[in-house]
Amino acid sequence: MTPDDEAPLVPGRWAVEVNDLTVAYRDQPVLWDVDLHVPAGVLMAIVGPNGAGKTTLIKGILDLIQPAAGQVLIHGRPYDEQRNQVAYVPQRGSVDWDFPTSVLDVVMMGRYGALGWFRRPGAEERERAMAALELVELQDLARRQISQLSGGQQQRVFLARALVQEASVYFMDEPFQGVDARTERAIVEVLRRLKEQGQTVVCVHHALQTVPEYFDWVAILNVRRIASGPVNDVFTEENLRLAYGGRLPFLQRDAGAPG
Amino acid sequence: MSSMDVEIQLLAVVVAVACALPGVFLVLRRMALMSDAISHSILLGIVLAFFVVHDLTHPLLVLAAAATGVLTVALVEALYRTGRVKEDAAIALVFPALFSVAVILIARHAGGVHLDVDAVILGEIAFAPFRRLELWGMDLGPRGLHLMSAILLLNVGFLTLFYKELKVSTFDPALAAALGFSPALIHYLFMSVVSVTAVGAFDAVGSILVVALMIAPPAAAYLCTDRLPLVLLLAAVFGAASAVGGFWAAQFLDASIAGAMASASGVVFLLSFLFAPDRGLVAQARRRSRQKVEFALQMLIIHLLNHEGSRREREESRVEHLQAHLRWKREFARRVVRRARRRGWVEAPDRGRLRLTSQGREMARTVMLR
Repeated sequence: MTPDDEAPLVPGRWAVEVNDLTVAYRDQPVLWDVDLHVPAGVLMAIVGPNGAGKTTLIKGILDLIQPAAGQVLIHGRPYDEQRNQVAYVPQRGSVDWDFPTSVLDVVMMGRYGALGWFRRPGAEERERAMAALELVELQDLARRQISQLSGGQQQRVFLARALVQEASVYFMDEPFQGVDARTERAIVEVLRRLKEQGQTVVCVHHALQTVPEYFDWVAILNVRRIASGPVNDVFTEENLRLAYGGRLPFLQRDAGAPG
Repeated sequence: MSSMDVEIQLLAVVVAVACALPGVFLVLRRMALMSDAISHSILLGIVLAFFVVHDLTHPLLVLAAAATGVLTVALVEALYRTGRVKEDAAIALVFPALFSVAVILIARHAGGVHLDVDAVILGEIAFAPFRRLELWGMDLGPRGLHLMSAILLLNVGFLTLFYKELKVSTFDPALAAALGFSPALIHYLFMSVVSVTAVGAFDAVGSILVVALMIAPPAAAYLCTDRLPLVLLLAAVFGAASAVGGFWAAQFLDASIAGAMASASGVVFLLSFLFAPDRGLVAQARRRSRQKVEFALQMLIIHLLNHEGSRREREESRVEHLQAHLRWKREFARRVVRRARRRGWVEAPDRGRLRLTSQGREMARTVMLR
């Protein structure tokens, strides 16, 4: 029994509700009947071993892949009606950074959803994009071509792009993967800000040792949900062992950083 | 220049620009080969429509051809989605199938009419001025020019209207989907535009050369700039230049105009490949050699700084010694020393020996701190 099962379903309490989500690739289940409830206003990490279906879970929630079964509610209503409430930060390797465009332009793409079909971005969009770039400390690179960015800068551009969407729920796919210290600080700062403003963040996360430091909620996943709830309650060695089996990369919280 | 020459060149320019604009997005979407597939398989649509209307100039032919183009895209995707073949193999399986059916149909049933395989593969822009558009007894110019101008307008209109949607769905389809712009819808709209363009261009330059005009100018433009609007503009300019250059090359060589146009687009690409301001081979080589000299300069001043005041200073600061110690060729060592002296980092009080200036010493310390 995890806290989710006992919690009463109060409408509006959950920022994200996932019920019975099953995703399969060619009849091979990647996610089995996953239930996940994310309270509004938390920073949640999704952890689990490679192939546990963490990215698939996010993509399934965002309709980027077709689930075999399941239902997703954002603030109590179907995702389709709530698209403008949701922002997504994909893995930065998911796009071609040689695309001929500038940093500012990529960040402005976050406003396209609010603009709708045909309307062109203008001064207002540029202003918001600049403000978001300042939050991730990239304002000086606004005119820079994206092909000239470092990995950490790319990640911050994606973060800024999600920020201009002014969503209430943010899904991030391994934002800390392979970034420099400055970027890591900037991301943590942004997460903290979002939480202060009452927004919800769900983050696929790889480095177990930073989970208690950066997040207050956690979901432990391995094809099915092992556990989810406040970090203090469910981020236990037992649950991690259930998810990672013998491959547990990290046993004690004060253990050194595993690779 | 006869009025026919003018008309041919005008048509060539319109065809080239109409091809280059969607070509930019084909290149960016890594679908360059799809233009090859579409420009071949549309023949089946043309043949089938011809059997229905028995008129090579009927507008139904364009529509049917465009529909076959979109069908090609759909079939390739369906085949690829099965997970049993890779995308390039799927392309190579689908279009020859459709094309070969068309070739057999032409051979069996359309031998007597002007629909022969040569014209399909190579096109013949030189004959375009003979097919006139006449309305109410007035000569309005070559029919092909009107068709192609309409297609060019369609392309410009499409790119203007859907610029933002095309851009985001090309750069990051997942974001486009999350923002509520259906990437599949945009994809099929775009591929319809590519198909219509291929049909129109096909009549003028044939199915193989359509590919050259769709891909070479955008690929050349992409090497020249990092800004999408400029890529589009340059691709159009390169396309037009290939058209005019190709026309005159054909006159001079007494060769096929379509072939010369495609060759010219290849030459434009080659020039851009070599001389593009930042990504061209020449610019790259120059940058590398500059970095090499820059690095050598730093090595030189740091070496001199390290041995300043030491017992071996006299020995270490001799130019000949530098050649041995830093493994520089004689010519290169001279060049580096010359440049260091010109920058005022190094002076040579007596022949063959070097000494850091105070400015050079400062520089060496900064470099080491970095």
